[in-house]
Amino acid sequence: MSGLKTITLDQVDDLARGAAILGTGGGGDPYLGSLMLRQALHDGGEVRLIDVEELADDALAIPFGMMGAPTVMVEKMPNGSEMVAALELMQRHAGTPASAVMCAEIGGINALLPLVLGARASLPVVDGDGMGRAFPQLQMTTYNICGVPVSPMAMADEFSSTVIIEAERADEVERLGRNLVVSMGGSASICVYPMRGRDAKRSLVRGTLTLAYGLGRTIRVARRSAGDPFAALLEYLRSTPYYNQCRVLFTGKVADLVRQTQAGYAMGRVLIEGIGGDAGRRIDIQFQNEHLLAREGDRVLAIVPDLIAILDAATAEPITTEGLKYGQRVTVLGISAAPIMRSPEALAVFGPQAFGLDAPFTPIEQISY
Amino acid sequence: MLRIGVDVGGTNTDAVLMRGREVLATYKAPTTADVGGGIVAAIEQLLRQSSLPPAAIGVVMIGTTHFTNAFVEARHLCRVGVLRLGAPATLAIRPLIDWPAALKQAVHGHTEIIGGGFNYDGRPITPLSHDEVKRAAREFRARGVDVVAISSVFAPVNTDQELEVERILRDELPGVRVCMSSQIGRIGLIERENAAVMNAALQPMAERVIDSFRRALLDLGLRAPFYVSQNDGTLLEPDVVARYPVLTFASGPTNSMRGAALLSGMSDALVMDIGGTTTDVGALVQGFPRESSVAVDIGGVRTNFRMPDLLSIGLGGGSLVTAEQGKVRIGPQSVGYRISTEALVFGGNRLTTTDIAVAAGYADVGDRARVAHLDRKLVNAAVDEIHRLAEDCLDRMKTSAGDVPVVLVGGGSILIDRQPRGCSQLSIPANAGVANAVGAAIAQVSGLVDRVFSFEKLGRDASLNMAREEAVRQAVAAGADPATVVISEMDELAIQYLPGAAVRVRVKAIGDLALERAA
Repeated sequence: MSGLKTITLDQVDDLARGAAILGTGGGGDPYLGSLMLRQALHDGGEVRLIDVEELADDALAIPFGMMGAPTVMVEKMPNGSEMVAALELMQRHAGTPASAVMCAEIGGINALLPLVLGARASLPVVDGDGMGRAFPQLQMTTYNICGVPVSPMAMADEFSSTVIIEAERADEVERLGRNLVVSMGGSASICVYPMRGRDAKRSLVRGTLTLAYGLGRTIRVARRSAGDPFAALLEYLRSTPYYNQCRVLFTGKVADLVRQTQAGYAMGRVLIEGIGGDAGRRIDIQFQNEHLLAREGDRVLAIVPDLIAILDAATAEPITTEGLKYGQRVTVLGISAAPIMRSPEALAVFGPQAFGLDAPFTPIEQISY
Repeated sequence: MLRIGVDVGGTNTDAVLMRGREVLATYKAPTTADVGGGIVAAIEQLLRQSSLPPAAIGVVMIGTTHFTNAFVEARHLCRVGVLRLGAPATLAIRPLIDWPAALKQAVHGHTEIIGGGFNYDGRPITPLSHDEVKRAAREFRARGVDVVAISSVFAPVNTDQELEVERILRDELPGVRVCMSSQIGRIGLIERENAAVMNAALQPMAERVIDSFRRALLDLGLRAPFYVSQNDGTLLEPDVVARYPVLTFASGPTNSMRGAALLSGMSDALVMDIGGTTTDVGALVQGFPRESSVAVDIGGVRTNFRMPDLLSIGLGGGSLVTAEQGKVRIGPQSVGYRISTEALVFGGNRLTTTDIAVAAGYADVGDRARVAHLDRKLVNAAVDEIHRLAEDCLDRMKTSAGDVPVVLVGGGSILIDRQPRGCSQLSIPANAGVANAVGAAIAQVSGLVDRVFSFEKLGRDASLNMAREEAVRQAVAAGADPATVVISEMDELAIQYLPGAAVRVRVKAIGDLALERAA
């Protein structure tokens, strides 16, 4: 599929479902994001997507998202105009108007929010993001890896009260930001990693909005034609520029589930027992908000930053770590991350060691099955 | 004390007369358009069967899917004004944004979003302005809405503003009904607001229906109090149902499972209800259905009601059996209620699962000679497939790997001839066909608290105590005998990313109906 130029009302659900797959178990439920996008489109906004090459080298592009607790977001949704307020503060700070909005994270709810801002601020959205999936921390981006500073970060609450944070290190920005989010009532709109077109071109995971839409659309079409959604997904992924190394890792039922909240993260592992062609085998998948590592015994099947998605075995509906239940029939997909996410610099920030895993990163295409 | 339980389903109306845990008489008939009349017929028949005067009946419990069906079919709905408190927050998603167009058109009168609402820690987002409420009231009056649904941000944490607005609206809009989200749903503004609007749309109809129930019972000379069962299998006073009909939305499957628990004497088991077209499997935990944790769509509208966690598959007594290249396929197509004419054993020409069970020799309905010609291999393969489907469905509903007891109910239970794999004990109780009416008849009353507490501010123990006391208070207010009230469920969920130890606490208290008071 060539790059999408727009997202219309009838494409919102496909995009949201695809973003949930790329959330690899985390990233937050895209449902609220899809409602905000519906509202923005309903109010006459338009989403215009551009390829990063369309950005001038010195044009300002600003990634956008929301920070906070999902439990708060489901009650106190944003106003909409604070998104624009955060953007305006960032522009004032930079001394130039922004030429485009960007995504920081394509997995989960934050895939849709930049489109909401783009529609509200009448700015195009760059087709791509800084994670190529979902990750639990602000510094885990290709922007950071390529030397784009996370700071300044602009934040706004529903009153359009705004704050700007400047700090040397990404973890400092994150720490200060989290404290401010609390005084803002638990969730806030944020602009981070402001960058110029030339930096966007070298640090972006490209085409991921088109990818998310394509994934969601593929599932919908396969369901409607009563086809095999997994065969369709693999065929679609193989046609993409770098998510093309992919396979069904396993089909089975959830046989055990260990979950705990540690330092604000949903940590745990899920044990899956094979059914059908995989009967007699079992794998386990370890997660920290997102799935990190799939193993059969000691053998690694797929490992972060490559993507591990758990889908309903019948409908291919993506399942979050929160939504996992004993007895569910699931199909596990392994998908290659973009090359920019597999460099030694990238692996230092969001490779296996960054999550405390012992196993080294092995690209999915080099693992024999 | 004699009790009558009536379950008015979409297809059948079932009723039972019970003394304690003993079933004295049962009744089953097709549901009629006149629901009140159907209830009268059921109760009259039960009294006649048992030669009892109406005065002998101590209490009547009614379960009904009437309101659910009315909403889904958009029948008898009224125009609703939506008043949301939370501005400037929440404007990014306006009410009813993803409702199906037909329902939205049938229901939506006017929307106002004004200042108000709370943060998760109880701080107001903006103070409530009486002038704003009055201005909104004038708009609602000008648009002629019948009911106003109030939804306030974090109303489950603090109900004060919803209550205050309700008082103002009662003064400003005499004759207009008001419905508060905090009385219906839990955390999740959109889902709770949807539920409040659904409820508001049904309110005038619910008042009429409850009134017709009341009159029907009086016409019978029944002076006993009556109650209506709600989603979690506990009871509501009729006046509460007239105001909050959505609380009954999932009562059908819940009553069926509660009845199965009583009839089988099992409180922790899987219940498999095999009907004509589908098999529903749910899980009983301490005698109550396990609740679903995911959002439930009703007529395409997302809600967060307390619904039983059910798995449905296309296996029933009327499911069609086909064979392709030696592989047997069961359902999901079914002859449904036409089984009595279309199945082979009943003289028809469609091969159904019931025919297979008869041919295999373990079921005895219809004319066995009509299936004598069936290929043994096909019959055996189909029997295996029926049991494989059932086992698969049971296995999916288990929460751990061990074997569990299974209670089998429903007319299609004749399809099962052996203990399914993964099942430690199979129970097929008597009167399983009216399990739903039994479930209504034995219902208790409950109180529920679902709210975010700051453990840092209050301490964990004090917070949990507060939640427990509130749940008990609500159960007693709903009619429970205080001496019997126990805490039946308690969950703590730490809220991610927030310091201050914010924890969402959910506590349910349950007790027996205080009948001496009611009687």
